[in-house]
Amino acid sequence: MNASVNAPKLYDCRDAFAATLERLATENEKVVAVCNDSVGSSKLGGFRSKFPERLINVGIAEQNMVGVGAGLANGGHLPYVCGASPFLTGRSLEQIKADISYSNANVKLVGISSGMAYGELGPTHHSIEDFAWTRVLPNLPVIAPCDRIETAAAVEWAATYDGPCFLRLSRVGVPDLLAEGHKFKLGKANLLREGSDVTLIANGTLTHRMLKAAEILTERGIGARVLNFATVRPIDEDAIIAAANETGAIVTAEEHSIFGGLGSAVAEVVVDNAPVPMKRLGVPGVYAPTGSAEFLLDEFGMAPSAIADAAQALIRRK
Amino acid sequence: MDTTELERLAREIRLRDLRAVFEAGAGHIGGEMSVIDLLTALYFRVLKVWPDQPKHPDRDRFVLSKGHTACALYVTLAKRGFIPEEEISTFLQPHSRLNGHPNCNKVPGVETNTGPLGHGLPVSVGMAKAAKLSGAMYHTYVVTGDGEMQEGSNWEAIMAAVQFKLDNLTLIVDHNRFQQGAALADTNDIAPLRPKLEAFGWEVSEIDGNNMHEIVPALEHRGDRPHCIVAHTNKGQGISFMQDRVDWHHKVPNKEQYEIAVAELSEAL
Repeated sequence: MNASVNAPKLYDCRDAFAATLERLATENEKVVAVCNDSVGSSKLGGFRSKFPERLINVGIAEQNMVGVGAGLANGGHLPYVCGASPFLTGRSLEQIKADISYSNANVKLVGISSGMAYGELGPTHHSIEDFAWTRVLPNLPVIAPCDRIETAAAVEWAATYDGPCFLRLSRVGVPDLLAEGHKFKLGKANLLREGSDVTLIANGTLTHRMLKAAEILTERGIGARVLNFATVRPIDEDAIIAAANETGAIVTAEEHSIFGGLGSAVAEVVVDNAPVPMKRLGVPGVYAPTGSAEFLLDEFGMAPSAIADAAQALIRRK
Repeated sequence: MDTTELERLAREIRLRDLRAVFEAGAGHIGGEMSVIDLLTALYFRVLKVWPDQPKHPDRDRFVLSKGHTACALYVTLAKRGFIPEEEISTFLQPHSRLNGHPNCNKVPGVETNTGPLGHGLPVSVGMAKAAKLSGAMYHTYVVTGDGEMQEGSNWEAIMAAVQFKLDNLTLIVDHNRFQQGAALADTNDIAPLRPKLEAFGWEVSEIDGNNMHEIVPALEHRGDRPHCIVAHTNKGQGISFMQDRVDWHHKVPNKEQYEIAVAELSEAL
């Protein structure tokens, strides 16, 4: 409880992804990696060295990549299909729908460098629509881990889960938030900090910012509950309803458009079950200016102090 | 099954398909008639499958990428024993598992969901690659429409198949020269297909896709590269007033037309 936010070291979650995948491949010969000329950005270099036959690079061809993943699963393999998230999801969305989700193919989709990780490269390379695109698809868990520990746990969980899923990973460094040995549970939020005045909900690169915001709120005499929602679908309805009933106000923050992502998913549960004031922080339906991911998150009102201000304003609406 | 028996069976499948479309009031009868000879040869001569064990790991894989002709596949699967023959009468009915495009989680024998075009070949490349990785001996076959070859995803897969050295993959293009709204030649004419596939490194055969004497040896052919069979077929094959008429892509015959079609298909039985 009350996880530390002062860990000085930041970790690239892709390293945890790659190390876990290599270990899984050692244990299970059916594990294969499929990528689109993204060996470097998916950190699959080590995997390729150890399992050259099991690294399947389709070139720059995302629709084929997802279809090939479905075919590999049909043939009894356990494919992790990796690519930059904007192209993996956007370019091949219909393949994800028909070949993976609707066919219930046992394929693990791994969207790398999601959100605004490619900040300076511009909106074509921002992946701030991927929650919206994927979470409407049945059969497809959508998961955005908050640190390297949760990333490793989710990658390991995916290998045991009999069905498809979408893992959304960033390349922006984040501190450790969860305890070593943490086990991923699908659709289950993690309580990181207790509080009764407002609930802060986030995932991915925003969770540690939420914790910092909660510390600022504490200094202002406000108790903020912080929930880490790695799973966007299926969403933890119980945790949302409890947060609404017990704290009376909910702020969400995400490296995603405010339309159709985590905040929308939370809001859907709130309006159906326990209406309370909400504030959804994210990219407000615009294409972002140039800048790093960290800069852009600040620019869109997700600096810890800005989150705290938003929470404080929200509490006044209770 | 010999060629004569295959020809007779294809006629029976055409008749049952025709009746199903007539009774359901919907279907894609033109493309179903063009592809039925290929399906018949596959399921009754070529494919190594076990209807009582539809997920047998050694089974040959077959993907009907032109999923809108699902009815023809359902009738063929029923004749082969994957699903009850009487179930064909539920085609398109509420809650039937036999919807307008095949579903792999509901219909035994269907390997992957198809319907949107340009999906089957990439998935088939994955199936064939899986066999290469594990040393499995199964062969993967996929049927696309010729209009469907306008989808760019197919060309991504065509390149990958050669790169992956998939000599265990056969692509059959049902080249009936018509797509939904027009002749192929009047939209985005990708014919001739042979030089394009050959340029990408495939071995290509061209056959009369409505002639069992040409279909069977082409399907049984094995080489050292991915194999494409350009199957020249006729939309509406076997029914005189439908043949090569674009409006029979998904038109439903009226009672009079139905009776004429039944008579024509029954003649050679």
